[in-house]
Amino acid sequence: MKLVVAIVRPDRVPAVLEELYKAEVQGLTISRVQGHGGEREHVETYRGTSVKMELSDKVRFEIGVSNHFVEPTVRAVLKGARTGEVGDGKIFVVPVEKVFRIRTGEEDEKAVTPVKMATT
Amino acid sequence: MSRLRGYSRFLAPAALAAVAIASTPGAAYAQGAAAPAINQGDTAWMLISTALVLLMTPALAFFYGGLVRSKNALNTMMMSFIALGVVGISWALAGYSLAFAPGNDFVGDLSRVFLRNVGLEAQGTIPHVLFMSYQGTFAIITAALISGAIVERMRFGAYMVFIALWSLVIYGPVAHWVWGGGWLAKMGALDFAGGTVVHVNAGVAALVAAMVLGQRKDFARQAFLPHNVPLVLLGAGLLWFGWFGFNSGSALTSSPSAALAFTTTFLAPMGTLVVWALLDLMRNGKVTAVGAATGIVVGLVAITPAAGFVSPMSGLILGCLAAFPSYYALVWRARTRLDDSLDVVAAHGLGGTVGALLTGVFAEKAWNGTTDGVLFGNPGQFLIQATAVGAAIVYSGVGSFALLKLIGLVMPLRAEGNEEGVGMDVTQHGEEAYAEGEAAILVLPTGDVKVGATAMAAEGGRA
Repeated sequence: MKLVVAIVRPDRVPAVLEELYKAEVQGLTISRVQGHGGEREHVETYRGTSVKMELSDKVRFEIGVSNHFVEPTVRAVLKGARTGEVGDGKIFVVPVEKVFRIRTGEEDEKAVTPVKMATT
Repeated sequence: MSRLRGYSRFLAPAALAAVAIASTPGAAYAQGAAAPAINQGDTAWMLISTALVLLMTPALAFFYGGLVRSKNALNTMMMSFIALGVVGISWALAGYSLAFAPGNDFVGDLSRVFLRNVGLEAQGTIPHVLFMSYQGTFAIITAALISGAIVERMRFGAYMVFIALWSLVIYGPVAHWVWGGGWLAKMGALDFAGGTVVHVNAGVAALVAAMVLGQRKDFARQAFLPHNVPLVLLGAGLLWFGWFGFNSGSALTSSPSAALAFTTTFLAPMGTLVVWALLDLMRNGKVTAVGAATGIVVGLVAITPAAGFVSPMSGLILGCLAAFPSYYALVWRARTRLDDSLDVVAAHGLGGTVGALLTGVFAEKAWNGTTDGVLFGNPGQFLIQATAVGAAIVYSGVGSFALLKLIGLVMPLRAEGNEEGVGMDVTQHGEEAYAEGEAAILVLPTGDVKVGATAMAAEGGRA
């Protein structure tokens, strides 16, 4: 199993989600983060005070996938998040030692394989 | 007695004095028998009304600001706030003259540009400067209303140029037609506080602006949710408060007519609010807060042209009826490709149209002293109302389109796609509505920057 961590622009999130959905990647977590990846910082001014904003808002995706799902996941994120400008973000693929699904106690591959949702 | 704005100048002086005396029980202030004199009660009420209407523009900023995404909150609010400046100034420089100077049937002449001949003398029964200020607050909010259709994408500079010119070229003449003694006034069109002049006018300009500017870049691909619904409710509440000055002040006197306009402004939005809530309930099973705020505004818009012309119960019924067209137009608009982002067309254009037409239905001579509507045996009034609305639609539609295209030749109207992505607050204003300041590095006047306690030379030298 791998953990795909992707840092993307906030305004690309809908596009990334759409691509992931098309790639049938279903389990993911996102969080709002701030980061700096070489893009130009912008200056803000509040009355007499000017500040350089070194960090830009980004959104971090964390997606636990089984090995054969890594490539489609990465490709989906690349497609959805890319604008071609500096600041599009990064994707990290990280090895995962163990995964547990809390509800069932299932481990590893089983835990990251989506179950068919019972209709409620 | 006629309460049409601007009309007082065209009444015989004797009739005017009679109106003034009738409007002040006890007639404590000696009135000249013929010459119009300043009435203290009227002046006091109009001073308050002017301040009330001015407050509506910040209120609109909250209403609109809450409806957009957080990255565009300041930009959206600034579109209303800047109107206080640029439209206010263009009003003083020329707009007032175009709207209210004598002139011809279509536009005022230039006798009052730069506020020449606008002094402390009586205009009706209040000082002329006060009349000018009061009318100026209307020009400001009318221009600001348009911004709802083009939020989250229009360049701020182009917007400022647009509203400054729009208030002169479009608002001035339309105000003149109805309130400045122009052709619609002569025809007998009823528009107590601006259903046609303000709301139809702004609504049509909004429609045109949304089409000329085009959709936001992620329109129909991404949900644009209101980022702060409490702000929307705050804005709606303050709008209602200010609207008492808008409608009741349009009597231009502290009089029974003002009291009638106050009462209908009190009742009509209540009807719209409740009907809107019921429509929400039937459609979604829940009464929504954004819906409630919208319903209040639609009710206020609809009663605006009718405020001093209809009975209180007619006002309430008018408010209830006005909910239906705007509600369904709003639901329908969301399925179209028109990115009238904050539904100015449905709320103001349609709400104003319905209000103006229903004024021709519910107007009642027993209450307004001058004109009956369809229900009281004067079917012709409906046609007059429809003519006024149609004229405003055509003029504002064509004029706003031409104006935007002309400005577009000189400067780009739209922000770049990536600026839209980052958000208009940062790209247009260099500020954030909800800055955390975590990554803010202080730029010292020397060009150095300070991170915490450590000062280091600014790399780019930009400040």
